[in-house]
Amino acid sequence: MTITRLLVANRGEIASRVFATCRALGIETVAVHSDADAGLPFVAEADHAVALPGNAPSETYLRIDLVLEAARRSGADAVHPGYGFLSENADFARAVIEAGLTWVGPAPESIESMGSKIAAKELMAAAGVPVLANHTADSAGETDLPLLVKASAGGGGRGMRIVRTLAELPGEIEKARAEALSAFGDGTVFVEPYVETGRHVEVQVVGHADGVLVLGERDCSIQRRHQKVVEESPAPGLSEQTRTALHEAARAAAAAISYVGAGTVEFLVDAADTSRFWFLEMNTRLQVEHPVTELVHGVDLVELQLAVAEGRPVPNVESPPEGHAIEVRLYAEDPAADWQPQSGRLTRFEIPVGEGVRLDSGFTSGSEVSTHYDAMLAKVISWAPTREQAARRLAGALTRGRIHGLTTNRDLLVDILRDPGFLAGEVSTAFLAGRSIDPPVRDRQAAATAAAIALAERGRAARTVQRGAPVAWRNVVSQPQLTEFALDGVEESLAVAWFGGRDGYRVDGYDVLTASSDRVQLRADGVATTYDVTVSGGVVDVDSPGGHVRLTRVPRFTDPADAIASGSLLAPMPGTVVSVAVEVGDEVAAGQTVLVLEAMKMQHTVSAPYAGVVSQLDVRAGAQVASGDVLAVVEGEES
Amino acid sequence: MSQPQEQAPAGNRAAMLAKLAELDAEQAKAVAGGGEKSVARHHARGKLMPRERIELLIDEGSAFLELSPLAGWGSDFTVGASVVTGIGVIEGVECMITANDPSVKGGASNPWTVKKIFRASQIAEENRLPTVSLVESGGADLPTQKEIFIPGGRLFRDITRSSAAKTPTVALVFGNSTAGGAYVPGMSDYTVMVREQAKVFLGGPPLVKMATGEESDDESLGGAEMHARTSGLADYLAEDERDALRIGRRIVARLNWRKARPEAERTSPEQTYAEPDADPDGLLDLIPTDLKEPFDPREVIARICDGTSEQNAVPFDEFKPLYGTSLVTGWARLHGRPIGILANAQGVLFSEEAQKATQFIQLANQIDVPLLFLHNTTGYMVGKEYEQGGIIKHGAMMINAVSNSTVPHLSVVMGASYGAGNYGMNGRAFDPRFLFTWPSAKSAVMGPAQLAGVLSIVARAAAEAKGAPYDEEADAGMKAFIEASVEEQSLPFFLSGMLYDDGVIDPRDTRTVLGICLSVIDNAAFSGTDRFGVFRM
Repeated sequence: MTITRLLVANRGEIASRVFATCRALGIETVAVHSDADAGLPFVAEADHAVALPGNAPSETYLRIDLVLEAARRSGADAVHPGYGFLSENADFARAVIEAGLTWVGPAPESIESMGSKIAAKELMAAAGVPVLANHTADSAGETDLPLLVKASAGGGGRGMRIVRTLAELPGEIEKARAEALSAFGDGTVFVEPYVETGRHVEVQVVGHADGVLVLGERDCSIQRRHQKVVEESPAPGLSEQTRTALHEAARAAAAAISYVGAGTVEFLVDAADTSRFWFLEMNTRLQVEHPVTELVHGVDLVELQLAVAEGRPVPNVESPPEGHAIEVRLYAEDPAADWQPQSGRLTRFEIPVGEGVRLDSGFTSGSEVSTHYDAMLAKVISWAPTREQAARRLAGALTRGRIHGLTTNRDLLVDILRDPGFLAGEVSTAFLAGRSIDPPVRDRQAAATAAAIALAERGRAARTVQRGAPVAWRNVVSQPQLTEFALDGVEESLAVAWFGGRDGYRVDGYDVLTASSDRVQLRADGVATTYDVTVSGGVVDVDSPGGHVRLTRVPRFTDPADAIASGSLLAPMPGTVVSVAVEVGDEVAAGQTVLVLEAMKMQHTVSAPYAGVVSQLDVRAGAQVASGDVLAVVEGEES
Repeated sequence: MSQPQEQAPAGNRAAMLAKLAELDAEQAKAVAGGGEKSVARHHARGKLMPRERIELLIDEGSAFLELSPLAGWGSDFTVGASVVTGIGVIEGVECMITANDPSVKGGASNPWTVKKIFRASQIAEENRLPTVSLVESGGADLPTQKEIFIPGGRLFRDITRSSAAKTPTVALVFGNSTAGGAYVPGMSDYTVMVREQAKVFLGGPPLVKMATGEESDDESLGGAEMHARTSGLADYLAEDERDALRIGRRIVARLNWRKARPEAERTSPEQTYAEPDADPDGLLDLIPTDLKEPFDPREVIARICDGTSEQNAVPFDEFKPLYGTSLVTGWARLHGRPIGILANAQGVLFSEEAQKATQFIQLANQIDVPLLFLHNTTGYMVGKEYEQGGIIKHGAMMINAVSNSTVPHLSVVMGASYGAGNYGMNGRAFDPRFLFTWPSAKSAVMGPAQLAGVLSIVARAAAEAKGAPYDEEADAGMKAFIEASVEEQSLPFFLSGMLYDDGVIDPRDTRTVLGICLSVIDNAAFSGTDRFGVFRM
């Protein structure tokens, strides 16, 4: 069953990742994509692409029928599910196989047996793999606290709840059940002891016809809201004995279900005593964090998956790990604002890839990040001979990255990678819990200065007359030029006072060494620093070794018409109110008549600018009004 | 090219820097306006100073060439004459901007204010510039009304003639603009008034009460709201000063302004021309402290004109280099624009120099190229040999050519500009489009010592004719006094104060100033003449 054309039933970086191996192997590629994703790189990279109309996962990437139809139309002879979406859906696997296509994944039965976490635990316990005790609302006692309530069908932390008192337990179970039901269509939940400071360590396995390959472990302890953020291989601080025990437990787990293909066996490891570990679950797919394994073991897991799927012999590529690899997940989210996912245009997205740095990205400069899917922009992975070097290299690559348009967790990632605790190997799932996530301190004045000068250079280049005159040249100097910026979340604006003229730019506190519309070199206290400045509309992004600062230009002028509180209906001319069609508290639709004015024998209808509620009504029929008088105020969703 | 900074006496630079420091100090007086307290009072009312208004009016990062900043210097009035004038770029349009300084006696106009605005109007007219007036003036300075009232009417005449000539006029009214002043917005094409600030009426409440007995108030007689809604004198009602400037910029943006000579198609100035081959900073070393010492104007040309580049293989092509060598003539480019240059090299102008200049001016007119005159002349040569050689005829030819030439002229007085040399080199009376002065300049009918000496000789001759004894002591005193007062009156601040130039500039800014002027000149069409006066051969 040689694969000639492979469809990836997924999106973003993982689709691109699978395509990359396909290209290396000479396999044609097919992408499926929702409407919102049509412009993303993975669609362009694929040899063929089939649109799945709509945006919600339930009407696109989760539609088995549409995906199979896409495979049929495009002539694909194999399907790779990626991770998430349909990757652990046994029905999908079955349907693919029934359609006569090659399924790049484990047998549907394996998915099913590991899909139910309760059943999986029982199965593992029977195979001699250590598991956490299973509780119900009734069986749990005070000594078992705290407890974790988990959706059986869930994953990636969704539907998980920590319960610290027995009284809360029934309620939380109910909530988790309801959530699971709506999210996964399966309301089964289970309850297990919650290890206060646990580590999440997982083992990569590849099952094939002749046995199970174990390709080391990964530590994925650093999480926020049960979502992995930093992953690495090998796991730091484990004794050789523990590693071997973990590997063998994973091998036993896979063997117990005659597992075929790439899979991951997840364990909870007690951070206080790493020799204590329990089986958590088995993921019957390629993991997000698979690249760290690839880098330290020198393998291509997708290639192995394809070899298994094609029924080709799989070489024994087991080997001790070489060096150390760390992956971070770069999310479009605001860690300081409760991790709120961000959406919008990623105006610039460049991560320097070089020696020992790998980028698995789903987006590129100019990509639109939609609200429909996971907000992960990319994975950045570094490799180095030692863990410390890998962390340093990765932090450096992130710092030098240019990420504009959306707030990301980049600063937090750099912070973690440079954290002494992290560097000492003190990782646990609680790593971020006690951490204050403040926006990092930046030299904003320097950034604003660089921005002001780059803007001036832009202005110079855009001139249509007197192009040879120095910027802001004056024969009589009376005052500095002022360039003003607003900062996200900062009340006061930031003003830069500068002089132009014959001898170039003059700014207090800085020597301007070189200036262009996208790069400015400033010297402060004898040290010259280069600032990269990117302007898109009113937003100015400044990148420097000191980090990224996003500034918003404060316009020189504001049209007063724009400054008036929105929703105020002003008299367009002096006149008499003929009739008032609404009362305070009335709901009005956009364009609905609010009142009628008569002036110069002409009647003018004043209507609601948008749907809302009439919150103020200052006039009644017969009233004389002057031009510009506020007649009424409509408060709408937009105001 | 020789490097004068290596050879020049260190004193040259020190002397020039000292003069530049004085220039800064004098210009600072103009910037200070009515002084700290007055400025603070205006700021407290939310009002901006004239230069603050201009900074907001012009395009960000664009240049502003202030004109006549020393107007009124040496008079009883504040330096600057309570008004700021200059050329700024608004929405890509080069405009003449005038702005009253309300911190100086309420922005009242004195005789120097009027002269300064006349000069601005003349520049706007000659170069076809739209005018934007930032109005806030208490009217005429009454003690000097006799010098203002009758000639001052021209101010209003100029506004409407500008309009008729299709160079639009815009008035932004920030405050008082009453009585005669009301005609500034009245005559302008576009008028913007600031709410609760603008006050525009022919007669205020007391005058109305006296004239007709009517009780009234400022707002009903001339408030911005009234003019915007009732009289229609205001086309736009501005919420505040910034808003008025915003509206002013929008008005200019919609003028559909096209320069008579459009800017050359190009992607960047760097691709069109090179900066000068020699560092302009060297200009500070060049000018001898004693103007009797000549200096080579080619050193100046190399520091203000475009340098060598692909488009400009030879930066300065000298014309007739072997003839009349006391005057250098030739072709160059400045900010990519062609110019012809006439520059004094040895001070004195002889018959040969006059004839060479005449031919060169005709050549420039033949090919429609503007001319730049770089002054350092002590005048036309005197003496029997030269009079008999026809120096008057030849000088007259040169003055004839300068007077009747119709290509734009620019003048920079670098050093001496004495006697008829000032005329031949296109002095103020010959209406160059722009005339700027270096701090090192001196201009008079002749050098102070010569003038005093001449007066002494004449007086001695008169005494001898009467047979009266000559008072040698009085003669020495007279000579010293004359020499000192002529010296003072020939210095740049004094002459600039009299509006005899458009400003005293730092020599290092000469290139920028001339580059702006050449760009401004391109707003009006021009072509060289073939009609001169009768050349007396």
